[in-house]
Amino acid sequence: MADRLLDVRDLRVEFKTLEGTVHAVNGVSFSVEPGRTLGIVGESGCGKSVSVLSVMRLIPQPPGRILSGQVQFDGRDLLSLSPAEMQQVRGKDLSMIFQDPMTSLNPVLTIGRQIGETMRVHKGLDEKQARQAAIELLDQVGIPNPSMRLDDYPHHFSGGMRQRVMIAMALSCSPKLLIADEPTTALDVTIQVQILDLVKELRDRLDMAVIWISHDLAVIAEIADRVAVMYSGYLVEEADVFELYRQPLHPYTLALLHSLPRLDTGELDKLAAIPGSPPDTTRLPAGCPFAPRCTCAIPRCRNENPPLAEVAPDHRAACWLDVLSGGAR
Amino acid sequence: MASIAISPDELVDRKPLTPGQVAWKRFLRHRMAIVGIWILVGLVLYVTAGALFFSEADANYVDLRQKMTGPTSVHPFGTDMAGRDILARTVYGGQISIIIGILAVLVSVTVGVLIGAVAGYFGGLTDSILMRFTEAMFNIPQLFLLIVLAKFFAGDTPTFTFLGRAYSGSVVIVVGVIGLTSWMYLARIVRSSFLSLKEQEFVTAARATGAPDLSIIFEHILPSAMAPIIVTATLEVANAILSEAYISFLGMGVQPPTATWGNMLNEAYNQLEAAPWMWFFPGTLILLIVLAINFVGDGLRDALDPQSLAGRQE
Repeated sequence: MADRLLDVRDLRVEFKTLEGTVHAVNGVSFSVEPGRTLGIVGESGCGKSVSVLSVMRLIPQPPGRILSGQVQFDGRDLLSLSPAEMQQVRGKDLSMIFQDPMTSLNPVLTIGRQIGETMRVHKGLDEKQARQAAIELLDQVGIPNPSMRLDDYPHHFSGGMRQRVMIAMALSCSPKLLIADEPTTALDVTIQVQILDLVKELRDRLDMAVIWISHDLAVIAEIADRVAVMYSGYLVEEADVFELYRQPLHPYTLALLHSLPRLDTGELDKLAAIPGSPPDTTRLPAGCPFAPRCTCAIPRCRNENPPLAEVAPDHRAACWLDVLSGGAR
Repeated sequence: MASIAISPDELVDRKPLTPGQVAWKRFLRHRMAIVGIWILVGLVLYVTAGALFFSEADANYVDLRQKMTGPTSVHPFGTDMAGRDILARTVYGGQISIIIGILAVLVSVTVGVLIGAVAGYFGGLTDSILMRFTEAMFNIPQLFLLIVLAKFFAGDTPTFTFLGRAYSGSVVIVVGVIGLTSWMYLARIVRSSFLSLKEQEFVTAARATGAPDLSIIFEHILPSAMAPIIVTATLEVANAILSEAYISFLGMGVQPPTATWGNMLNEAYNQLEAAPWMWFFPGTLILLIVLAINFVGDGLRDALDPQSLAGRQE
């Protein structure tokens, strides 16, 4: 594999709560190459956001705790940096956009101030230069009339426009990696497409890598080069996007793809929902976490958790079974 | 039928209101607050314009032949024990009382905001230590603390000159003492605002841009916490003026000859029946200013608090 921009190894994160310890991320490894896009999919509470927030070191500690792992970013282990060093990285080489643009912009500061701040912190621009740069950024992300909108407050913008403002903020220092935590989930479908296209265009223009988190397989198919599937804090499958959609090798991925409505087959059956719900992450089962809901589970699945292993060329999955043949590996 | 077409230019010109403008409009609709504002304007005019008619020397001019005369045409508010003109003294005393009120609140806001913000933002051990200290301060009755501190610092207070006027050094001490005994309530309010605001996603987003802690505290969180701070600070001005009156009344505040409304009451204390004009005028002025500030504070609360329904009579 080519040199990696971000290399996360065996990341484990837990949260101490009153109901017990939540094992949010359990030994997850993934990597991103420069200029490429990794999509992370999974249902709510499977540890997608916690994984990337750990990379950003934005997990509230306590109650959260990063138990182990390495996060190599651009030649440095982010987990061993001091808080001050980490502040230098955040927003500069590594930036992030969030799920809900309604709440992730400060309601009492003008957007010009919010966009300008990153550049004042990291590039040492003065007020006037930051303002000029913010106008250019707003123009780049497709906000009409940027010099007039600069002094507006977030509540003067619609959801899609605010997400564009967030993107402008995130891109202000030309980061090497942009982490997008479900940036389109809170938007309606037509706006989703616009935001996706915008990020794709900017990614190619600025040659940055992207981690795109979503629970929407269609969105991931649209933007990602590689896909990682997470389930209850484990990475269960990882492959090239075409390979994964053509030939999923984990029963969970298979079930996810089956639960999507299809237009091409002409069948009007009910959607195939996955029975049951994800396990309680305070009490993970001894075996494979998906075993209780898996249609092809064998006794071994309930006792031993399968490791993530290379099951096909450049395709990793964590399953004791070969879903194609139905036999054990 | 009239045309309702709007040209694009007009649309651009019609800027939406800023949060400040919205609050101002709501404030203007609060009738009592407007009454309060007018009373305050009147009182400020009284103490500033009054100084054009009387010099400070007039206010401190002792004329024992005229002592304790009731209101006359020469002394409309009467004279005190030393024959000083009460009208002139309420003018200069008012200046001191208002200045003490405002400066003391500046001290208490600075201390309260710093302690509350640091405690709320960093949490954990820092929070515990600062809040236990705040509670300890709370548990000592404020009046008692005021008297002890005033007594403690009262020993040596040189007179100082500022902007061409001589002030008793006790003014600074009273400001400090009142400021340092009244920040606790504000610290708690600021801390609780910070506790909830720091969990907001926009704070995480700000941290994701690499903003340092100080910038997050003062630039990102504090503006959202301003509304309760402004309201509390306004009401605190009234309290500070009252506190000054208490300790000056007890003879431990600002020392004569510098007049304040509080120490004028102290002098009147023994002549309640013999010379009612001696307490009536300064007393009424204290009553008016405290009332007016409270009206304004109420109006500000309704205007600034988005949850309050009182200001929302559309």
